[in-house]
Amino acid sequence: MSDDFPAAAETVIIGAGIVGNSLAYHLAKEGRRDILLTDKGPLPDPGGSTGHASNFLMPVEHSKEMTHLTRRSIEQYEDMDTFTRSGGLEVARTDERMAELRRRVQSAKAWGEAGRLVDVEEIEEMVPYLNTDIIKGGFYSEGAGTCDPLRAGEVMRARADAETDGGLTVSPNTEVLDVHVEDGEIQAVETDRGTVEAGEVVIAAGLWSPKIADMAGVDMPLTPAVHQMVSVGPISFFEDYEGEISFPVVRDMDTQMYERQHGNDLEVGSYQHRPILWDVDDVPSIDEAPLSPTQPPLTEDAFEQSMADALEIVPELLDDPQAGVRHEIDGLLSVTPDGMPLLGPLQDVDGLWSCSAVWIKEAPAIGEAVAQWMTRGWSEIDLHGSDVNRFYEYGTSKQFVENRAHEGFQKIYGIVHPAEQWQSSRPLRTSPFYNRQEDLGARFFEAAGWERPQWFRSNEDLVRKYNEELEGLLRGNEWDSRWWSNTILGEHLHMRDHVAMVGDMGFGKFDFVGSDVVEYLEKMAVGRVDVDVGKTVYTPILAENGGFVSDLTMARMGPEQYRVITGGAAAGADRAWFGSHIPEDADVELIDRTESLCTLGVWGPDARNVVQSVTEEDVSHEAFPPYTAQHITVGEVDAWAMRLSYVGELGWEIYAPMGQGQRLWDVIAEAGEEYDIRPVGMGVYGTTGRMEKGYRLHGHELELEYNPAEAGLTFHGVKEADFIGKEAYAQAIEEANAATLCTLSVDDHTSSDGERRFMLGNEPILDQDGEVIVDDHGRESYVTSAGTGPSVGKHLLMAYLPPEHAEEGTSLQVEYMGEQYPVTVEVVGSRPLFDPKNERIRS
Amino acid sequence: MHVLACIKRVPNTGASIVLTDDEQHIDASNLGFTMSPHEECAVEEAIQLTEDHGGSSHVLTLGPSEADEQLRTGLAMQADEATLLETDGEEWGPRATAAAIARGIEHQGDGENPFDVLLFGNESADTANYQVGVHVAKRLGLPCVTGIKSLEIEDGTAIAGREVSGGEEIYRVDLPAVITVKEGINEPRYASMRAKMRARNQEIPTLEPAGESGPGTLEKIRLEAPQTDDSEAEILGEGPEAVPDVIEVLESEVEVL
Repeated sequence: MSDDFPAAAETVIIGAGIVGNSLAYHLAKEGRRDILLTDKGPLPDPGGSTGHASNFLMPVEHSKEMTHLTRRSIEQYEDMDTFTRSGGLEVARTDERMAELRRRVQSAKAWGEAGRLVDVEEIEEMVPYLNTDIIKGGFYSEGAGTCDPLRAGEVMRARADAETDGGLTVSPNTEVLDVHVEDGEIQAVETDRGTVEAGEVVIAAGLWSPKIADMAGVDMPLTPAVHQMVSVGPISFFEDYEGEISFPVVRDMDTQMYERQHGNDLEVGSYQHRPILWDVDDVPSIDEAPLSPTQPPLTEDAFEQSMADALEIVPELLDDPQAGVRHEIDGLLSVTPDGMPLLGPLQDVDGLWSCSAVWIKEAPAIGEAVAQWMTRGWSEIDLHGSDVNRFYEYGTSKQFVENRAHEGFQKIYGIVHPAEQWQSSRPLRTSPFYNRQEDLGARFFEAAGWERPQWFRSNEDLVRKYNEELEGLLRGNEWDSRWWSNTILGEHLHMRDHVAMVGDMGFGKFDFVGSDVVEYLEKMAVGRVDVDVGKTVYTPILAENGGFVSDLTMARMGPEQYRVITGGAAAGADRAWFGSHIPEDADVELIDRTESLCTLGVWGPDARNVVQSVTEEDVSHEAFPPYTAQHITVGEVDAWAMRLSYVGELGWEIYAPMGQGQRLWDVIAEAGEEYDIRPVGMGVYGTTGRMEKGYRLHGHELELEYNPAEAGLTFHGVKEADFIGKEAYAQAIEEANAATLCTLSVDDHTSSDGERRFMLGNEPILDQDGEVIVDDHGRESYVTSAGTGPSVGKHLLMAYLPPEHAEEGTSLQVEYMGEQYPVTVEVVGSRPLFDPKNERIRS
Repeated sequence: MHVLACIKRVPNTGASIVLTDDEQHIDASNLGFTMSPHEECAVEEAIQLTEDHGGSSHVLTLGPSEADEQLRTGLAMQADEATLLETDGEEWGPRATAAAIARGIEHQGDGENPFDVLLFGNESADTANYQVGVHVAKRLGLPCVTGIKSLEIEDGTAIAGREVSGGEEIYRVDLPAVITVKEGINEPRYASMRAKMRARNQEIPTLEPAGESGPGTLEKIRLEAPQTDDSEAEILGEGPEAVPDVIEVLESEVEVL
């Protein structure tokens, strides 16, 4: 290991906390041989959040991504002999929390992690110092434990050095002064020890990351936030126990606190206090900080209630006459607008990567996954929920980050419904339809900052109208119908019977132009893109491993012009993926039309009647065939339309300039009056309509961990042209699927107390013996999407099933809130349950 | 026995000192505040004395309203009562401080000093004037011993020890008396969580101190942060092989051999 500051390095990692060390090791393992790891602080503890973390890992979360990352991190800490398995206990003080813990068990099973409910007697045995009078029960995670991240950092540096044959340079006490960028490409990192030319740079500087990104002219949505923590000791009760920890880490979920043994001390941490956000410029230097820059003094008044709650649940230990508060801090950590990390390429600067807002519990695995991403373009654990580009061009302002961090702080230990909506910084992105929709009582949900109606209160009459058809499908349970309305089901049936208008969907819209555009897009897509002008192609976008990067629609608008339409949530990441794959010497230009075009869907049996009545051009079946696109003029509005549908109906997605969007809405609404056209929400578009049609959704069914053969999306066959992931894709078609995406229906919704329950997604699928189904690759079967199909009269679930269960008619079970419900495999593969021959779209 | 410990809110140390732009104050936003370390020992001593001899302990400070944080630290350590002589936050200087404290003390006893032992820190951690305890003793007409590192009370007499080069001086002082103590006299306790919580809710009477100016009053011109010593450490070697180099340095550079 060298400590001479180099003039050039293949890879520069800024930040030598647990994340930077993990990156160094895994990049070395993936073949990088010339790495500079730098930090402005000293080693082994440079003064960032790594140095004051409470260092426990509770693997079970409702996010698959985070659960798998934490589990993989535990494996790595174990491998480095820096992990102590203590088990972890989440206790409930309320009935609502007990229900939430049942959901925890459900998530544990879905993600293949051990986890079970424990009663008060067992809790007393496990943790004898808890006041169980106030506890109703708990969730026990036997895989949980504590780690030593500073020691792990040392081990990983040593391993990186060995892997690179001394090609790792570690430079502590080195402050980054500037990041040099030229023509959108990273050049060098300037420090107080010299300037190093860099082929690639990873920002792993924790809460200082935005400062570094700013030097490169890039916004990174992250704010330092306080997590209060105190340490009480010496506690005589612990004197009889050897080692760092002999009892499970306890999370007192309802008070948003934890208590964990640390030698003779009890560490008490809190997320219940009022959010205290810092400006990164106010974080002191190492010299100016008495403890460390990220350990400012405790804000005592904010901790008052936390003390009362801790004294209530662990009174005996905290009232030990010898024990006092020996250490108390406002620990600073990194918080993002949605609480997830910021990982991946920063798309405005080639060669600049982010690996930030990462906590101890997931850091080793994230270092590994990002190293894989950097070196081969994909990671074994799908990181789409953490993609740094998910806030691209809307959610990187200081104000937004502060508002969301403030709001999200309470969610850290909170009971968060899967459809729960953010309240702050809204509305941020509105389409030109927004005012009209608000007048109609739209209930707006947010996606990538866009306000999208989920349903309309003006459609409440439809529930009464379709009362008979909807019998048995209406939700009554409070949790199941939270962030939901039965109106969605009425809207759905109205669309199937008449006509509906949907929009704006918040799509990402990218035009590609240039003489090399065909060759370039051919390389990006599974489907053949060299089609006639006016044709559209729905295609998977793959990584080299054959897993999904995205799925989207391309329309050929001219010989050298295409429009790519992708889902709003994936737009930032897709833009980065497409942008980074444009060859340097190719004549291809990417024009982002996301903010300039709005989209209005008009679908249903009467869609043609409505559209034709106001459109200058002929939109008959012959003149405007399905799966094609054309410029049309709707009323006064110059538009462009694709005849296709995510809800399986006759109709168009009409794209118009944002400025003319409201006019477009009015023209269609007026023309539709005679057909009782209704605006319907994304509840229909994204769930009920698509589920009946078996349409897949990126981030749910489609991830890096599954391939098109498994997802039932091989209808393109293997085209002649080369494309990313071709080899793996062709092989996947040849081989038998380890699991195949199926559509299942719920046979009986009745819970033990007689209430009808409706699964919401992410529940485990069990066999008849009640065992979680796992495929040959070790992947659990779980509900990737759940939604009611009013036209088929069933509640539908999608799940990947291994061959022994992937047979139509097979009876299985789904676990929901601690109970098991019978389900039947309806469809294996992508055949639509509703209108399987797509006659409606083609009508 | 009634014991008083007088304390001062001072910026925490242990990191480089940053001054405010007008050079009139220390910018403590990163440092936080504490009580001077000698005074922390005074509080501990007060509590121990009342634990051993009965009676009550009392902490008092002259400072801004925020100084109630330090008084609560004293209460959390198990002092019984606290009094804040509230100022507008400006430094008062030792004479004025002592005058205000002396009056505050008399106020506690309806015009008479009610305390048997009046403990001060030997000097404050920020201005280090070494004077307040002595001035208070003078004003109250009490005997005073300073720089004390051991203290026992027997039959109305304090036996106070002061470390001096090569030994210890022992003073016997009749109570009531003012005693200024130094770090090392005891090991201050960590407050328990329950005591901290109780202290947060305890009422702290606030008195308006009487200001006093006159000859000898200090005037602050500006502060200056001393240059930190950036001398580098050089590792001469490891194990027995390093001995010749060490001797060389001790002989030629340090000149102690």
